[in-house]
Order: sequence, then C-alpha cells, then structure tokens
Amino acid sequence: MLKRAAVGALAPMLALVIAVLITVVILLLSGDSVSGFLSTLFSAPAPRNLVNILNNSSVLYLSALAAAIGFRMNLFNIGVEGQYRVAVFAAAAFLGQDLLPGALNIVVAFALAIAAGAAWAAIAGLLKVTRGVSEVISTIMLNAIAVSLTAYLLRRWGLTVGNSLQTKPVPEDSWVPGLDLVPEAPNEILGLSLLAVVAGLAYSVVLNRTRFGFELRATGASSTAAVASGIDVRRMVVVSMVISGGVAALVGLPFLFGDTHAYSTTFQSGLGFSGLAVALLGRNHPVGIAFGALLFAYLTEQSSLLEINAGVSNDIISITQGVLVLSVVVAYEVVRRYRRAAEQRAVAEQLAPGRPGTGVSA
Amino acid sequence: MTVASEAVALHDGPQQPDRHRRVPVVVWVVAAFALVSFARVITGSHELDSAGTLREAISAFIPIMLAALAGLWAERAGVVNIGLEGMMILGTIGAGYFGFFYGPWQGVLAAMAFGAIGGALHALTTVVFNVDHIVSGVAINIMAGGVAAFLADTWFSSLEGGGPTQSPPVEGPASLTIGPVADWAKEVEDRHWFLLSDAASLLGAVTRNLSSLTVLSLLLVGATYLVLWRTSFGLRLRSCGESPGAAETLGVNVYRYKFIAVMISGALAGLAGGFIVLVGAGLYQNGITNGRGFIGLAAMIFGNWRPGGLLVGSALFGYTDALQLRAGGGAVHALLIVIAIVLLAYGLLLLRRRARRSGVVTLVVALLFAVWFFSTDEVPSDFTRMTPYVATLFVLAFASQRLRMPAAVGLRYRRGEAG
Amino acid sequence: MADVADVADRVAVRLRGIGKRFPGVVANADIDLDVRSGTVHAIVGENGAGKSTLMKILYGVQKPDSGSIEIDGKPVTMGSPGDAIRLGIGMVFQHFMLADNLTVLENVVLGAERLHGIGERARARVEAISTTYGFDLDPDRLVEDLGVGQRQRVEILKVLYRGAGVIILDEPTAVLVPQEVDALFENLRNLRNEGHTLLFISHKLDEVLAVADDITVVRRGTTVAAVRPSDVTARELAELMVGSELPSPSTEKSTVTDREMLELSGVTLAEPGGRRLLDDVSLRIHRGEVLGIAGVEGNGQTELTEVVMGMRQPTAGRIELADADITSWSNRRRRESGIGYVPEDRQRHGLLLDAPLWENRILGHQTRTPVVRGPWLDRAGARRDSERIVDGYDVRTPSVDTTARSLSGGNQQKFIVGREMSGEPVLLVASHPTRGVDVGAQAAIWDHIRDARRRGLAVLLISADLDELIGLSDTIKVILRGRFVGDFDPRQVTPQELGSAMTGAAAGVGAGGV
Repeated sequence: MLKRAAVGALAPMLALVIAVLITVVILLLSGDSVSGFLSTLFSAPAPRNLVNILNNSSVLYLSALAAAIGFRMNLFNIGVEGQYRVAVFAAAAFLGQDLLPGALNIVVAFALAIAAGAAWAAIAGLLKVTRGVSEVISTIMLNAIAVSLTAYLLRRWGLTVGNSLQTKPVPEDSWVPGLDLVPEAPNEILGLSLLAVVAGLAYSVVLNRTRFGFELRATGASSTAAVASGIDVRRMVVVSMVISGGVAALVGLPFLFGDTHAYSTTFQSGLGFSGLAVALLGRNHPVGIAFGALLFAYLTEQSSLLEINAGVSNDIISITQGVLVLSVVVAYEVVRRYRRAAEQRAVAEQLAPGRPGTGVSA
Repeated sequence: MTVASEAVALHDGPQQPDRHRRVPVVVWVVAAFALVSFARVITGSHELDSAGTLREAISAFIPIMLAALAGLWAERAGVVNIGLEGMMILGTIGAGYFGFFYGPWQGVLAAMAFGAIGGALHALTTVVFNVDHIVSGVAINIMAGGVAAFLADTWFSSLEGGGPTQSPPVEGPASLTIGPVADWAKEVEDRHWFLLSDAASLLGAVTRNLSSLTVLSLLLVGATYLVLWRTSFGLRLRSCGESPGAAETLGVNVYRYKFIAVMISGALAGLAGGFIVLVGAGLYQNGITNGRGFIGLAAMIFGNWRPGGLLVGSALFGYTDALQLRAGGGAVHALLIVIAIVLLAYGLLLLRRRARRSGVVTLVVALLFAVWFFSTDEVPSDFTRMTPYVATLFVLAFASQRLRMPAAVGLRYRRGEAG
Repeated sequence: MADVADVADRVAVRLRGIGKRFPGVVANADIDLDVRSGTVHAIVGENGAGKSTLMKILYGVQKPDSGSIEIDGKPVTMGSPGDAIRLGIGMVFQHFMLADNLTVLENVVLGAERLHGIGERARARVEAISTTYGFDLDPDRLVEDLGVGQRQRVEILKVLYRGAGVIILDEPTAVLVPQEVDALFENLRNLRNEGHTLLFISHKLDEVLAVADDITVVRRGTTVAAVRPSDVTARELAELMVGSELPSPSTEKSTVTDREMLELSGVTLAEPGGRRLLDDVSLRIHRGEVLGIAGVEGNGQTELTEVVMGMRQPTAGRIELADADITSWSNRRRRESGIGYVPEDRQRHGLLLDAPLWENRILGHQTRTPVVRGPWLDRAGARRDSERIVDGYDVRTPSVDTTARSLSGGNQQKFIVGREMSGEPVLLVASHPTRGVDVGAQAAIWDHIRDARRRGLAVLLISADLDELIGLSDTIKVILRGRFVGDFDPRQVTPQELGSAMTGAAAGVGAGGV
C-alpha cells in the first residue's frame, strides 16, 4: 500500500520538476532573473499569503472534486465553471432579498445554490442520455450561456456599484464569519472553506465504501459491464451529473458568504477550469486532489510576489501550471502502462513453470 | 443480416441510393437574402444589412470560421481539439509581436507558426502519449493564456503605446478598396429598395476596406475542401478519423497523418487569432480572443463537420455578433421575424413529410418567436451573445440524427492494436 | 481438389521458428509453415492457440520476436502492413477494417492511391475487379449501407486491388450465414484458380476440410501438424487441435426434475425496422436441467441471453421464473431473484479489468450479501468470498488484490463462473462458458456446472462448441435466424445432425458448412 502511494507520488513530483525546469528555460530565453524567480517561488509564504493559499485551495478543492465525480464516471464535466456561476447567482439573488432571518436565510440560499448548480448540470446529463449529445460540447456551451444569462439578469435587476453590476448585498446577519487560525495574519480564513474538508470526506466515503459509489466507479470503468450487472447506466449519468453540479455549486459560496457578499460581473471566474486541472493532478483521489489544490494555490499566491521581488511577470506561473498538468497526465499514462505490464509479468512468473493456468492467448 | 435482405441488396447493388433532390446553394443564399431584406423593409431597421454592418460581420465571421476550419482539420483526423482557444491566443501574441516589429505578413506567418506550436504540443500528448484529447486541450488553454500574458508583459511593457497587457497598434495586411464602385453602391443602398439595396450593400461591403487576409481566409475554406476531399492525402487523413485501424492495415502511417492534421489545425487557429489582432482590433490585448475558439468549435459542429456547413455556421454566429455591436438590440430584434418565418416554413415542410410531432413543435416555436417579435422592441445584448451556443445545443439535441461526426474522433489509438 | 494441389509446388510463404511474446503470455512459441503457391492453405487451432497473432505477424501488424519469414523464397522483414502489401500480401480481417462513412471506392483505394489515383481510373479498376469476380459492388455506396457479405467482398476487393498474390483470411466465415459461406467459398476457389495463394484461418473443421488443399494445425503457439484434407477426418483434426483425446463430456445420470424454473413463451424481439432478431421463441427449463442452444453465431443467441437477463425488452411474449412473471423486471431484480450470468464477452460484460478481483466479486452482486451490507460495501466480506472462489474454482492468481486484466483468459472465466455460482442461484445463463479457455480450465468449468446441476440448478447453455453442448445438456435446441428449428436428445444426436440443423440444411433451406 505504501509502495503504491510512493509510486503514485513519483509521477506528480517528476512533473513538477519538469514544469519548473521548462519555466526556468523560458525565463532564461526571455532574459529574466531565474534566481529571483526561484527564490520567490520557494520562499516561505507570509501569514497573509498563507491564509490566501488556504482559502484558494479550498475552493479549488471543491471545484476539482466536482470534476472528479464526473471523471470517475468517465464523464467530462467541463461545465463546473458555469454551474458555480449560476449557483452563486441564485444564492446571492435570494440572500439579497433579505426574506428570512440569518441562519435560515443561509440554509435556504445553500439549498437554492445547490439546486441551481445541479439543474444546470442536469441539462447536460439529460441531453446525453436522451439525445446522445456529448457532455463535453454541451457543458462548454452551457458555460457560455451561464455567463450571458447571469449578466442579463444582473443588467435587468441588479444594482450598479462603481462600474460593475451586482446583486443586492447579502444582509450582515447572513454572513459567515472567518476563522482566525493563522497567527499574525491580517486576514481570516473563510468560514466556509471547511466545506472542502466535509466534501472531501463525503466523496471518499461515498465512492469507496458505498454501493452507489461502487456502481458509479463500475460504470466509469466499463459501461458494458455495468449494464450486464444490473446498473441503470442512463440513470447513473444523470445522477452523477447532478451530484457533480451540486458540488460545483459550492465552489463560489465561501467567497460569497465570507468575502464579496454579493454576486457581481467581476466575481472570480476560471475556478472551473483550474479545478479540472487540479482533479487531473490529484488523480481524482481525495487526498491527491488536496495536494494538487494546495500546490496550485501556492504557485498562484507566490507568483503574486514575482513582479515586486524579481521583476518577472506573474503570468509565468500559468505556464508552470499548464506544463505541470500536461506532464502529469503524460507521466500517469506512462506509469499506468508500465504497471500493467509489470503486473502481468509478475502474475505470469509467479504461476509460470508448466502450469496450465497461464495458457496462451491471441 | 438475414438472407432475404442480403439477397435483395445484391440485386440493387449498382443502383444509386435514393437521395433527396439537392437544391442549389445559390437558391438558399438568395432566399436568405430576400428574407433579411424583407425584415429590413417591414421593420425599417436599415442597419440590418447596411454595408457597415456587413463589413463588421465579415470581420467577426472570419476568425470564427478559421477556428471552425482548424477544428475540422483536427477532428477529421480523429483528434478533438478543445485547445483551439489556446492556439488562437498563441496566434494573437505571435501576430502582435511580429506584426509590430517586422510587418503585417510576418505577423500572419508568426500567428500561424505560434498556433502550430500549440498544435504540435497537442499532437505530441494526444497522438504520441495517448493522453485524453480533452485533458490535453484544457491544459493547453491554461498554458497558452499564461504564455501570451507573460510574453506580452515582457515584450510590450516598455513600448510606447503598449503596456503589460497590450501591444501598440499593429498594422494589418493591405486592404482593397474600389472607390467608385463603393460610392455607387452606397447610393443605391441609401434608396432602401427591396433586394436591390441589399445587394448593393453587400457590394459596398466587399469593395471598401476588404482585407487581403479576409480573401485569403475564404480561399482556405475552398482549399481545405479540395485537399481533404479531392486528394489522396485528404483521403488518408480522413480515414484516420473514421477508422484508424483500417488505415493502418492499408499501410497508412496514422500517427503521421494525425500529427500533420493537428499541426495544421493549430496553424489555422493561430491564423484566426492573428486575424483578430491584425485586421479586427489592430492591436494585441490579453484575452482578446474572448472564447471565439469555442464558438468556432460550435460552428464546426453546427456545420456537421463539413467546410460548407461551418461556413454557414460561422457566418450566422459572426453576423448576429456584429449586428449587436453595430446596430444594437433593435436590429437584432428584426431578425426574430426572420427566424419565425424560417421555422414556419420548416414546420409546414415537416407536416407535409408526415413528421407530425416535430412539425407541430416547430410551428409552436415559430409562433413563440413571432409573439416575441411583436411584444418587444429589442433583444437584450446578452441574448445575442448566447445565440451561437444555444443554436448549437439545439442542433445537437434535435438534429443529431443528421449530424455525422468522424466515427473515431476522440478515441485513443495505438499502433499494432488493429485487427 | 487433389489435382489442383499437385500442380503447385513453389512455396509462396515459408515461416520458420516464429515466436511472439506479450507481457505474461506466449502467443506464438515456434511456428513453422510452408504454404504452396496457388493453393488454399488452412490454419486451424483452438481459440487462443495463437492463430490471429501469427496472421498479424505475417501481415506486418506485429513484429515477431524471433524466427524468419520467406516470401517466394526471399527472406523478408516486415515492419508495417505497408511492407506486407508491397510484398504482395493482403489480409481480410475477421472484424472488418472498413471506414463506414467512406464509400466503397474510398475504402478500396485508401493507401493505394499511387496505383490508379482516386478518381475515374480507380473507379474503373474497382468496377472491373468487381465484375471479374462477380462481387457486384457499387463503388459509390457508403460502406455503412452494406450487408455483412458485401462488406467482406469489399475487404477482398481491397486486397485484389493491390494485386496481392497471397491473401490471408482470418476466420472469414464467423460472421456469415450459410449461403454467404457458400458464395465465399466459390469466390475463394475462383481466386485460387486465378493463381492466388490463400491462407484460411478457422477453427471450424468441416469448412476447412471442404475448402483447403493443405492444413496446418496450431496448438499453444506451435505448429503441431501439417496434413492433407484427404488424409484426415474431422475427429482426427480436432484431436490434433486440442492435443489429447477430446474431452468427451460424460453423459451421466439425468438430474432433471419436474419443477419448472424458467419458461419463455412466444418471446419475440423485433428491431425498429421490423426485422425479428428473436421470433416466437418458447422454451422451458426445469430444476436440475441443462438446456443447450446450438446455432451458427449471430442467429439470435446473444439476443436470447439478453432478453432472459432483462438487458433488452422483448417486443412480445412472456418470461417466467418459477411461476413469477418477470417479463418487465429489470436486470438487477432478475439477478436478485437468483439468475447467474456468464456473459459471452467476459472482458466487456463480465469484468472491470483494472479493478482488483475482490471488487470484481461485487460486480453484478452489489445488492446482495456477503459483499454489501445495506447501502455499504462489505469489503472484508467481498475479499473473503473472493478467496473462497479463488480456492474453490482453482483461479490461478497471486492474490485477490491482483487486477482482473493480468489474469489469463481461463482464470478470468473461472472467477466469473465462481462468482455467478455464488449465493445459490436457481438459474444460470451461460454464454460460451469455455470459449478461449485452456483445456484444463474447460474441464474444471464443466465439472462445476455439472455439480451445480446435481444440486438443482437450471442452466441455459449457449455454445458454439458442439461437444460441450452434447456433453453437458439434457436437451438441445437449435436456433436459426431467431427461431428454434429443432429439438435434439444429446444422447443420440451426432455433431453432423446438429450441424445440418444449424445451417437449415435439414429443413431444406440451403446448405453450408459449419
């Protein structure tokens, strides 16, 4: 078990080394300061930055989890981006109306957000099972539609603050307070970042310990075998899209309840695609994703200091992250092939001499 | 597989399979033109197809079309290219830098070269390392955004008129103007005659400031058709997307063709980005592609993985986009009645073909569009922006039996596993 | 045919000591082969004997690890099918290698554009070949619109277009109905008379005896005999193939009871187009009875199992399991009421290849003890029970943590049979339970089925292996084009009688080899 984990960690470590190396080469070519880049990247983060890293990694974690649920089912939910937008908008719009007292308001807003995200994802699921539309294409389309749709609703009913549109602010009694966990940090950890921990545990338990999780994994591994084993594959597609969308709905909530207190046209975007990358980095494994999310958030946060400390554009880190994802998937593929061959050899050797069980096969 | 059906099939082997009578493309184009003209006359929104709007439409249409063409090359060889957007972004930065320092055509070449590098990377991961096509595409998109932004910061920060996120103005390739014709066309256009004025505005649009890159891009569509469908190179390339196993067993080097196809795809996507910089905006800016790679993908699907189809798809998407920008929601509003009429005709046709349910549904939708048209004065810009995506979703959902994507697109292929 | 055989003495293809290993498996150990020019040369062997690998080597799809190949007396090495084509070798694959969305012409000229271009000259050439051999193919039709027989002719046309002198056919009759088989054999004889050399791979002995001039027998990756059809009987060939005496399943005392377990009445399965895959099928299986279904592949066997398992809904008819009408039950509910299922294609339908064995134990049983408790998986229970299967069914594996993929086909199959026998099933639907399985595992699986029958299990057995059917079944029904066309008592029937019923020859519908 330990050995497996070590081999599992080898590929991402290798990928990280490759990513940093390629980044260094680019910096050398562009004549930027490599030492400044490396020392900034690998300096210990200040308390303030540490809090940011934790906050960002928690939302990345949620986003990656949403993508991972799809991946385990062999579904590409590229639509996390749109799903969390729709969800945050629904929650923010409702909260802004201030219809219910504090805690109840939060609960209902949560339910609304999850319902909205799940429904948005369900469109793709239903299109897939009823009309055979690839979820990759439909979720890409739904992402774009979500952006325009929320923009329209804001334009129609939102408030203009400065030069951006936003929903009515969330009343203060429905805010979720931050956690002052990091000493000497001027900022706080978002209260709802704990959602990531809860969601991660739930993901792990449901996937590995329950019948439903088994059926989900079985469908992802072989839909033909699933059909022959009494699993309703069409239902599983819709259900897993709905769950994935429900988890995606959580992505924006920590910021909404703990930071922005409104949905605006400038609400953080791009978490869906980074989440996808993090899920790939972590091999859809709950612990792996946690490391991936921390790594991504760490790289992003440290890069914000690059401009000041080393005079290097912080955009360089997107290159590092992109190379990291590409090299990690290549590395995993190579490792997978190697492992499969090694295991077959091992089985053959262990059972080999002259025993009929090994047989020949064409 | 029954004997009876086989026997029958044997007998009508040599006959041509029954096909619907083909209506010439020209008829469709004229009909579409007449409809728009009709809408213009009854609503009085002459901006609907003024020369200015059409010029705008052409410059919105070309990048989408090139992106769609890029998607076509990759998918016909069996590789899904979600990384189009990223390759376009690479094209924009290439065009920005080389266009500014070396000249317009160097900018064009650099855009294609930068895009092709993105394509090569996609080919390397998907074809050689067998990484899932979507995964690779997503990673390339993430990376390309970073590369472009980083290079922009490095290259343009210190330039006069430039900044960390944008280049100074860049000059585009030469454009063509035939003054007298354009002036005469303008005159006719301003009379607002039915059909005649519309034809004149089209003439006006292509005789003033028509970029040579626009002409080149349109030629690329024809060239793509000829290469893919009329040469043995194209046949081999398409066979890799339909059945790589069959291709391999006939001695086709599938890896090579896929690699070439994805490189060309990247170059075309890069050109799409280059067009935006050199002809559309006249400068490089971070994020200037604004999701047009995805619209291109949508246009390709909308066009059923065919050059002619994607031309129609990207023309539609480019036109609505430009109309919104140029003439606002009022002009787009006039299109609602066009849609209603088209749907009405299609619904009646379906009823005549005895497809009762879909016919009735189509008629109801036509009615809804008519109601929308008569009860409002303009279409919100956000709705216009959604159009390509919604239209593509609808096509996928309701006309999927007519869509024919390459059979082996997106599937992993490894040499030696055939047979 | 002997007169033709005597004419040709030049050796078109000579293989010496060909070996090919895959991780954990030796596909070809030591193959020697001499194919005389202008003959039909059959290569026979069991499923999994290494025939297909051999052909892929000969066609350059895979490279041999050892050994030498000579074509027309010249030693050659082939790195790709392109090399093989240049040497005048063509191949007709068992699973057709055609692009559905391309036309016949495009499929034919692909890769050989240099010969006659891709335009009119090529079309004329295709039409000429088509006419010469009576293929009757329209170059401009999409392949997806063609029937199976026509597709096969396109494959042969592809080979001829390239001017191949040596044509390899990999189990060409597996997908054909008898009439098509006859037409194919006619084509093959024509080709031979035109001077082509044909390599014909099969495990159907009657066919081989009917069409071949020479026969080479392959067993466990080695060539064990080269014979002439006039010198051997089907029985002798079969013994050469399996290497020992045929495992003649002993017909022991009947355990059939009078309690009905499964009853199908008037079951019909029609495609949307109206074609009937199953046509008014009725059968009855009692406790302790094995009902065998014989038939040429593709005559409704797959559909029959899928209807019984609830994976497809019949368009008409009724299915009863011990008095309960289960016609509308889901696959899961049927499994829960005690139907075990050994699917035809174990890798696609019976296993999660990359999951460990203990997880595969849960597959299909995920609602029942001992592998689940309520909504939770019982991992300890699943492991324990997997170990029971591994021991009881002699599954050769290092542990239950090994992935299913790394086991050999026979061991995978033994695990599946063990799993489906778990939890005291009342009915077992077994589709080709010993296909591609080595002889040792085959005997073990047969023993397990017999034991279970003795304890009252009802079995629906579908097999292409007539000896298996005769040895295990209490009753045999023959299926042809979705209908049952005859009942046989396995104690009295001969393979020959079954064979003619399977092809419809008995009913006078048409003739063909099996």
